[in-house]
Amino acid sequence: MSAAHGGYYLPDPTKWPIITSMGLFLLALGFTLQIHHLAPGPWLMAAGAIIIVLMLYAWFSQVATESEAGRYDAQVDTSFRMGMGWFIFSEVMFFAAFFGALFYTRVLSVPWLAGEEMLWPGFEAAWPTAGPQGAAYIGPDAHEVAPGQFSSIGAFGVPLLNTILLLASSVTVTIAHWALKKNQRAKLSFWLFVSVVLGFAFLYFQAGEYMEAYNHLGLTLGSGVYGATFFMLTGFHGLHVTIGAITLTVILVRCLRGHFKPDEHFGFEGAAWYWHFVDTVWVGLFIFVYIL
Amino acid sequence: MTSTVADHHHDEVPKGISRWLFTTNHKDIGTLYLWFAFIMFLVGGAMSLIIRTELFQPGLQVVDPHFFNQMTTVHALVMVFGAVMPGFVGFANWMIPMMIGAPDMALPRLNNWSFWLLPPAALLLIISLFVPGGGPAAGWTLYPPLSSQGGMGVDFTIFTVHLLGMSSILGSINIIATILNMRAPGMTLMKMPLFVWTWLITAFLLLAAIPVFAGAVTMLLTDRHFGTAFFDPAGGGDPVLFQHIFWFFGHPEVYILILPAFGIISQVIPTFSRKPLFGYTSMVFASVAIAFLSFIVWAHHMYTVGMPLSGELFFMYATMLIAIPTGVKIFNWLATMWRGSMTFETPMLYAIACVALFTVGGLTGLTMSITPADFQYHDTYYIVAHFHYTIFAGSVLGMLAGVYYWLPKWTGHMYDETLGKWHFWLTVIGFNITFFPQHFLGLAGMPRRIPDYALQFADFNQVSTIGAFIMGFAQLILLVVVVKAIRGGKEASSEVWENPEGLEWTVPSPPPYHTFATPPQVR
Ligand code: HEM
Ligand SMILES: [Cu+2]
Repeated sequence: MSAAHGGYYLPDPTKWPIITSMGLFLLALGFTLQIHHLAPGPWLMAAGAIIIVLMLYAWFSQVATESEAGRYDAQVDTSFRMGMGWFIFSEVMFFAAFFGALFYTRVLSVPWLAGEEMLWPGFEAAWPTAGPQGAAYIGPDAHEVAPGQFSSIGAFGVPLLNTILLLASSVTVTIAHWALKKNQRAKLSFWLFVSVVLGFAFLYFQAGEYMEAYNHLGLTLGSGVYGATFFMLTGFHGLHVTIGAITLTVILVRCLRGHFKPDEHFGFEGAAWYWHFVDTVWVGLFIFVYIL
Repeated sequence: MTSTVADHHHDEVPKGISRWLFTTNHKDIGTLYLWFAFIMFLVGGAMSLIIRTELFQPGLQVVDPHFFNQMTTVHALVMVFGAVMPGFVGFANWMIPMMIGAPDMALPRLNNWSFWLLPPAALLLIISLFVPGGGPAAGWTLYPPLSSQGGMGVDFTIFTVHLLGMSSILGSINIIATILNMRAPGMTLMKMPLFVWTWLITAFLLLAAIPVFAGAVTMLLTDRHFGTAFFDPAGGGDPVLFQHIFWFFGHPEVYILILPAFGIISQVIPTFSRKPLFGYTSMVFASVAIAFLSFIVWAHHMYTVGMPLSGELFFMYATMLIAIPTGVKIFNWLATMWRGSMTFETPMLYAIACVALFTVGGLTGLTMSITPADFQYHDTYYIVAHFHYTIFAGSVLGMLAGVYYWLPKWTGHMYDETLGKWHFWLTVIGFNITFFPQHFLGLAGMPRRIPDYALQFADFNQVSTIGAFIMGFAQLILLVVVVKAIRGGKEASSEVWENPEGLEWTVPSPPPYHTFATPPQVR
């Protein structure tokens, strides 16, 4: 398999990356055809997605196996840590683009739009808004929404509940981490399991909220710039929660199989860092998208 | 290219095509990156010759305007994202481990992936040119509302950007982990070669800027197909928002393109001046300062779009500040050459041309940073001249200096000096014939990205087109030089040049497949 070079670890040639890239290519190609309603689109997308999932599975299991076989020394461990840390940083910058769009729109461009008396007479700057030609906003959590109107989701119902769920899951992950460090395996698995459950519960409520928005509140991706920022921010966050929850599940399975040692468990920590990141982004969302 | 050194039993080099597909070796991956970049350089170059052919005479002659717009757009995308950025990553792969005394990059599998994301991305971009509606035609800046229209080609471009972005992010992560974690004992940060420093800073720029670009094109995609209104005023959005997000990425991007070149010529100039680099510490700090400033100047691309006066003033002064660290660097290069016993082999010629001509680009940049003056320059050929003096004369000539400097190390053979000199003079003379007249065209008011022009611009345009063909065909010489050096020629010693600085010159040319099996001790 892989060879240690004078204390350095160097992996052997690998097939996973290039095949994963082909999967991504098919996914992108299929998706483009799909949005233009061309026939092979869904098939290509499905093929691409399956390839990606299989490859990631193969790639990560190889890394997990190598790790359990003790092939990684402290230096490799540090490289992994730096890699994960800076990857999370790049994710933060991705969210920054959408938060930036939200702030710019609310603070600058919507007021400017209202100042254009010639173009859009009668349009007044307010938030939420779907713009001068979009649906009219009628306040949060409205029970009756007529066509041409939309409502929004109040902060202190489900969103508050979800905030509590995610914050709690961050705490339980940390408890699990402490247990791992003290080699209390049962406690580790239990608290990790709780975290996973909390994560999926969050997703369940979030999905319910989306259905409420689409079916009863008239709030959709197409509800002007409010709908756009609302769904893109919470949607990308939800996607990250999904990835994080799946990762935690994988880590849970590995824990149950006896992986990780009290002093050597980067896989666990990487997943936990990611989870805390997802959590922090949610706090930003709760404040800037829901409350303010 | 790389060859085996028999005395080390781990050094068998895998054979056949799978060596290149599955490799985790930094030298192989570096080679792949460099060839990919070179091919893209030729493809992008061919597109630019189509543009110049159309502009040889006023009126519409060769291509139809829509295709012309696709060419200006795709030429820029191919050159920036396909040629210059991957080219420098190729250098990083080859040189950083050797320069810091590491056996390989920190995350070799990820390294393979960052390369193999590029060909699918390039393929998507090429496909876009052949679908109904053609490729993207809104300019490489992809401004809506123009890019909100357009056919499937724009969507392909958006996914191209996503894949390229993934590649850059993974590549940067790897470079950061390598530099921070894999240095040989004794190789402290302030002993690192400047090329390593500039790449470290570039990697941070990439990590902060690329995801923002990914966000911008994602909003574009949802605006186009999923009913969002980020950039549509009817729904409360604003097309100018796209420009802000794009340039928040775009300006750091131009420093991503130039900093590695600064690093390369900071290696080359001391060697051929036979003096240590003047002001090493100030070089490091100047690079950091440039990187920091690059995040607070983006709206100098948007002076004419409408901003509050305070915004115009802030971005004007902030932009002018960049001239200070840039000036520090140019001063240091000149001071390194001052009273050195200089010789003028091809790498040195390229490095000197890079300093001299980049300075022209930096000075035109300074003139455009003045808001009221930029109202005249904006969107004219003056801009085109500026960014070719920075990107071609700065980034590409710097990269070529590096190619000639390290080619003997990579291949084990000296390149053909005579051909190298021909390549240099034809490139540099062709370049100036092409782009110097564009300053005058711009000042006289010729707009960029338009296939036709008023009669009085004809002379300068014809000169420019002639220069472009000289410069374009001269690049084939480079292909010959490289192929010749790979296939044979005078054996290169370990040092190659006279007493060059750096660990890469302590290993044989070509270096063994895994360079530092046991880490060297740096004093
Ligand atoms: C001394 C430093 C520099 C200054 C003060 C400067 C300033 C500017 C300004 C003000 C513009 C906008 C002009 C307009 O559109 O009206 C501009 C455009 C541009 N600059 Fe620079 N620049 C500098 C260095 C660089 C470097 C190092 C690069 C690349 C390696 C670069 C690449 C570009 C490009 C590509 C554009 C045009 C973008 C477009 O509209 O397509 N610049 N520069
Ligand atoms: Cu700029």
